[in-house]
Amino acid sequence: MPFQPIKFYQTGTFTVGNRLLAADERSVQANMQRTNSLNSGHRACQGCGEALGARYAIDAAMNATNNQLIAANATGCLEVFSTPYPETSWQIPWIHSLFGNTAAVATGIAAALKVKGRREVRVIAQAGDGGTTDIGFGCLSGLFERNDDVLFICYDNEAYMNTGVQRSSATPPAARTATTMAVGREPGNAFGQGKNLPLIAMAHAIPYVATATVAELRDLEAKVRRAMEIRGARYIHIFVPCPLGWGHEAHDTIRISRLAKETGLFPVFEAEHGEVASVSKIRRPLPVEEYLRPQKRFAHLFGEPPRLDTIAHIQAYADRNIRRFGLLEEGAH
Amino acid sequence: MDKPFAITLDVGSSLANRTGSWRTNRPVYVDRLPPCNNACPAGENIQSWLYQAESGDYEAAWRALTQDNPLPAIMGRVCYHPCETACNRAQIDDSVNINSVERFLGDEAIRRGWRFAPPANESGKRVLIVGAGPSGLSAAYHLRCLGHHVTIHEAGPVAGGMMRFGIPKYRLPRDVLEAEVRRILDMGVELQLQTKVEDILSSMRVGEFDAAFLAVGAHIGKRAYIPAGSAARMVDAVSLLRSMEGEERPMLGRRVVVYGGGNTALDVARTAKRLGATESIIVYRRTREKMPAHDSEVEEALQEGVMIRWLSTIREAGDTSITVEKMVLDEKGFPQPTGELETLETDSVVLALGQDVDLSLLKGVPDLVIRDGVVQVSPNMMTGYLGIFAGGDMVPSERTVTVAVGHGKKAARHIDAWLRGGRYIAPAKHELATFDKLNTWYYSDAPKTVRPTLDIVRRQSTFDEVVGGLDETNALYEARRCLSCGNCFECDNCYGVCPDNAVIKLGPGKRFEFNFDYCKGCGLCAAECPCGAIQMVPEKI
Repeated sequence: MPFQPIKFYQTGTFTVGNRLLAADERSVQANMQRTNSLNSGHRACQGCGEALGARYAIDAAMNATNNQLIAANATGCLEVFSTPYPETSWQIPWIHSLFGNTAAVATGIAAALKVKGRREVRVIAQAGDGGTTDIGFGCLSGLFERNDDVLFICYDNEAYMNTGVQRSSATPPAARTATTMAVGREPGNAFGQGKNLPLIAMAHAIPYVATATVAELRDLEAKVRRAMEIRGARYIHIFVPCPLGWGHEAHDTIRISRLAKETGLFPVFEAEHGEVASVSKIRRPLPVEEYLRPQKRFAHLFGEPPRLDTIAHIQAYADRNIRRFGLLEEGAH
Repeated sequence: MDKPFAITLDVGSSLANRTGSWRTNRPVYVDRLPPCNNACPAGENIQSWLYQAESGDYEAAWRALTQDNPLPAIMGRVCYHPCETACNRAQIDDSVNINSVERFLGDEAIRRGWRFAPPANESGKRVLIVGAGPSGLSAAYHLRCLGHHVTIHEAGPVAGGMMRFGIPKYRLPRDVLEAEVRRILDMGVELQLQTKVEDILSSMRVGEFDAAFLAVGAHIGKRAYIPAGSAARMVDAVSLLRSMEGEERPMLGRRVVVYGGGNTALDVARTAKRLGATESIIVYRRTREKMPAHDSEVEEALQEGVMIRWLSTIREAGDTSITVEKMVLDEKGFPQPTGELETLETDSVVLALGQDVDLSLLKGVPDLVIRDGVVQVSPNMMTGYLGIFAGGDMVPSERTVTVAVGHGKKAARHIDAWLRGGRYIAPAKHELATFDKLNTWYYSDAPKTVRPTLDIVRRQSTFDEVVGGLDETNALYEARRCLSCGNCFECDNCYGVCPDNAVIKLGPGKRFEFNFDYCKGCGLCAAECPCGAIQMVPEKI
């Protein structure tokens, strides 16, 4: 865990704010003067995880850079719901790139700032999973390989939501999307396909790679802060549930993120120069059913009869993550 | 038109887009009733004073506490804390040790000499209180706070009532009792000791009182018919406990039998042990599950070597022994004799079979209803006679210090309203903050702090206080275990988790507001509120 949990303050150890903490120990989101980088009036669905994750991350980055920040944004939900021209929800310098080239645009901004000697101004590129793992992957890999001074943030909602929930290379196995229907012998998305971008980023041995969820704000903020302390290519992968595409209740967005981490399906860790540096341990281990059941995209697993084999297969994925990253506390079972 | 190539419109903010119109459910901030507050017989606002204590502002916490109960140091020792039984935290790890934090605050107040503020203005009304026990003292405090002149007539030589003459020193040290009584008297409450009220109507007439509150304790031990030899040493529990306050300690002998199963029986058995009895045996006709005494007291007594004979009654008492008959419970749970007899060697028998109230002061008062040895009162604590109110042991209720204090407060409010020619209408109770309303993910695990207890040897031979207090660090820790059920504790979760920035933070102590121009009604704030202080209600469409 990259941040020190607030010990002894039982009244909300894991809450966004805590009135008992000293001012400098409080989260950015608890601050009345937070930037609200992504302001009200945006057109994201009720309970949108991406809108929440983006404000968490960019507010933290603004705070860490003393508001000297430029963001490039790939096409995707985030761009569409925040900036239907000429209206925008962004309260920071922000540029919309093409779907596939946001990493390259950010590299260009960073290069321009370097030429102008504006070292204090930092650059972020942000995209959804489609713009990161599929369409933008070539430019992103180049950014990593050249070690350009950019923080790339991927908001992963595991499919192309804005165009009507089509499969991406980040869609999990068995999930139903518009292009992986819940029909046939193996309904939903196929097993054994897709990309794990955090591991691919680590393979580039860039200075900093981290994963986070919208369920752990303080962890997310600590990772953004850490990323802004480093020069060179950095990558943060944020897990952001999509009530519309995943088919869960709007008020369950944070609970679903929490369950993804607690079941081991989404390992939360950080890595430096290709080596895992720290891991957020699971607090209350749970079987994957707890995560799958509230989501309609997995409803076909719980029909008559339930697909116990598929659920066991998904559980095996979670178990492998738990083993691989050491997600359980010593002595836990 | 001074715009870049291909641009025709001015850039605008998304604030023009009032997404609040999407909403079908609306979040509403609520205050729900925490189960501790709901369970407290004295009506304390426990969640509120723990909230103050969490930040280390003990004086503010003590002031919030004493708005309802002027005797926290006593409560922190003798209350059987139904609040802890009700505490939601018990379903996570252990209940919050509310009682010990209360004691810490009470002791801190005594140590630092915090005092009650005198009333802002005088009403000019005079109230007579009969009895300086917990109920009388509580009523005196609350009436004085409301500006009335209060006089207490106490039959005994010192104040405290049953807290002094019924509760042994090892549970309530007398300096603590005296300090808390003194603080109430310092507000300008007049106390007349050795003043037994023989006739309440004449006392009221002579003293020109506008109203009276009767709070006479149950000081008369009940007797049971037990055939006994002439020399059998038989005493009743209340007289025995009272004599403990005198110069000479009562002689009970080496083997003592206590008859009864209430808290008083245990107090006597434990006292006998401390007076040097080698055997202190409680004879009780039913089982432990049916025993009216509180479990913590039974446990402490057993630790100290008190023996309990369950399912037994005393048939006969001789000079140096008693005859005990074994009982069985019938299907309705009532004990039935078996005819099996047994002899127990004993030097004395103490009867702890319950107590009665001396109601002689009510002679000649018309329109009173007395049933089962207690005075019947209406919901506003008034007896059948206008202007005479009663509470504590005198009225039908559970007989504990905390209930008595609660009666004093309740009566004071009604007396005040009555004196001003109105009616006191209690505010409506909020909905209960049950466990299912909480999101307990946000609280870290933190087991209960155990209070230190005195060594067994010293507990068997001295009257030192058995249960210790917490020091500041662990009292603070304990206060911070509070989940703040149903009441916002400003954790900023709603402010943080709203994807639409539709929660407005108003600043420390001012809580939050919703911005309904942009709230889409997703319900994340309500789902992630740790303490259940947000409710989603359907929008009228």
